[in-house]
Amino acid sequence: MSHSFRRRLDTLSERAIFGVSLAAISIIVFIFIYITREAWPLISGAVRETSLGSVFGPPFQWDPVSVQQPRYNVVPLVAGTLKVTLVAMLVGTPLALGAALYTAEFASHRLREWLKPTVELLAGIPSVVVGFFALIVMASWIQDILGLQYRLNAFTAGIALSLAVIPIVFTVAEDALSAVPATYREASLALGASAVQTAVRVVLPAASPGIGAALILGMGRALGETMIVLMVSGNAALLGFDPFSGARTMSATIAAELGEVVYGGDHYSVLFFIGVLLFITTSGLNWVGERINAGLRRKLFGGV
Amino acid sequence: MRRSFGFFTVLALAAITSCGPRTGEQSLTIKGSDTMVQLGQQWAETYMAARPEVVIQVTGGGSGTGIAALINGSTDIAQASRDMREEEIREALAQRGAEVHETPVALDALAVYVHNDNPVRSLTMAEISAIFRGEITHWSQVGGPDRAIVLYGRENSSGTYAFFREHVMDDADFAPVYQALPGTAAVINAVSQDPAGVGYGGIGYVEGVSTLSIRPASGGEPIEPNLDNVLTNRYPLSRSLYFYTVGEPEGLMAEFLDWVLGPEGQEIVTDVGYYPLRPSETVL
Repeated sequence: MSHSFRRRLDTLSERAIFGVSLAAISIIVFIFIYITREAWPLISGAVRETSLGSVFGPPFQWDPVSVQQPRYNVVPLVAGTLKVTLVAMLVGTPLALGAALYTAEFASHRLREWLKPTVELLAGIPSVVVGFFALIVMASWIQDILGLQYRLNAFTAGIALSLAVIPIVFTVAEDALSAVPATYREASLALGASAVQTAVRVVLPAASPGIGAALILGMGRALGETMIVLMVSGNAALLGFDPFSGARTMSATIAAELGEVVYGGDHYSVLFFIGVLLFITTSGLNWVGERINAGLRRKLFGGV
Repeated sequence: MRRSFGFFTVLALAAITSCGPRTGEQSLTIKGSDTMVQLGQQWAETYMAARPEVVIQVTGGGSGTGIAALINGSTDIAQASRDMREEEIREALAQRGAEVHETPVALDALAVYVHNDNPVRSLTMAEISAIFRGEITHWSQVGGPDRAIVLYGRENSSGTYAFFREHVMDDADFAPVYQALPGTAAVINAVSQDPAGVGYGGIGYVEGVSTLSIRPASGGEPIEPNLDNVLTNRYPLSRSLYFYTVGEPEGLMAEFLDWVLGPEGQEIVTDVGYYPLRPSETVL
């Protein structure tokens, strides 16, 4: 192979790869432009009876196909989403961080090689399977144990959702903990600290930006997850923060209702507007998470 | 238990069957009502077994979804558990350039279910309506145990949802605590596991729950949802299940419709748990 041919091949592959990554980015940009365009009548105030004011202002009711008076207010959906996400984070965070700390600091090398992929495998379970299990089996257990009035509720949905959140938080947090240089640990141990003291007071704080990023990325996943909440949350659009009542989330509402809306109508625009809200929130969270993670790498390894 | 898996079987089948017909085959697509998915599948399977050159794909999604697909031309037949609305018929004419053709294919009793341990066995229409509007909130108010009522039902894209709201609730709004579930199988599953639950759906799905009889407001014997009461229209929530097509059916579509309305097709209706049409209705 001649030298010049090889160089040309290099340039060509470089351009191909650049083209592919550009395509991936532009697809996302186009999706955003498209959903914003479909939501535009609402945002710009061109829709007849629905406006940004009525979407966020009282009365806080979601009843889009009511014969009496259709009501498109996203506040109960936002409340439902936060309710479920909060439970998922409160349940998932200690488990994921505990597992990450154990794997990074205490597990033997062989155990770690086995533990990490196993937890990450959880992320590969299709959410419809998690939802199905939660709907048929877990919901009854939780109702019996806690004596709940509603079998399907935000709490049960949050617990099921934590199964989707844990692997993400775990894997990012574990990476952050492992990335803390060995010199930190050695210095701490040399000063007479125990292994637990070292892990909790030295390694954990050093990795804290990475842990923060892990939590934010996990939260982004929880906000956007659809199938699990659609199946388990009961889909009642209630305002308020009682975790043991039903909840209707933003993503589940889009999934359940977009199939039958009149093209271009008020309901259609509002559903796309919810899509815009979700898109902005989750991409914002992901961006912040990635930024923190990059900052951590700089802090630990200097300006690489 | 088999019924709880129905929804997912449908998804799986849809994935498998959507791989596309082989050449030289005749195909039909049927889409719509979740109430009718099992019925449609039984028809399709039996018909395909008799005529191997025919491929019929059946998917659910809700009556509204099926009608929307009929309007934009992505299905040949829309299955619906409610009448097509006037604006939908107009829209179909505008987009497809032909009149919509309605064919009743089976009868159904919209049943109201409760848990098997619930002693309440009959309610008046007004009571059912008040329960779903959130005005009656405890079973003790209708002669049951002292327990708060938990409402289950279908999502708002469902024909059953629309039928129930129109015929039971007089178009009033559901209470906010109403829990909307994806598919009648999910409603049955929820009610079968919840002693305080009440739900509604097609009679063909009933398994592991008790159906309520409806007590006339004027007093008298409660009316049970069964074949006789549906055929004589005494059961107030009797309804037809429809096939909607665009234009007069012809070719394979006409043959299939004829067969569905014929003795073999109507026997499958009974097998699946719905009611066959009155003899006068089975002429295309």
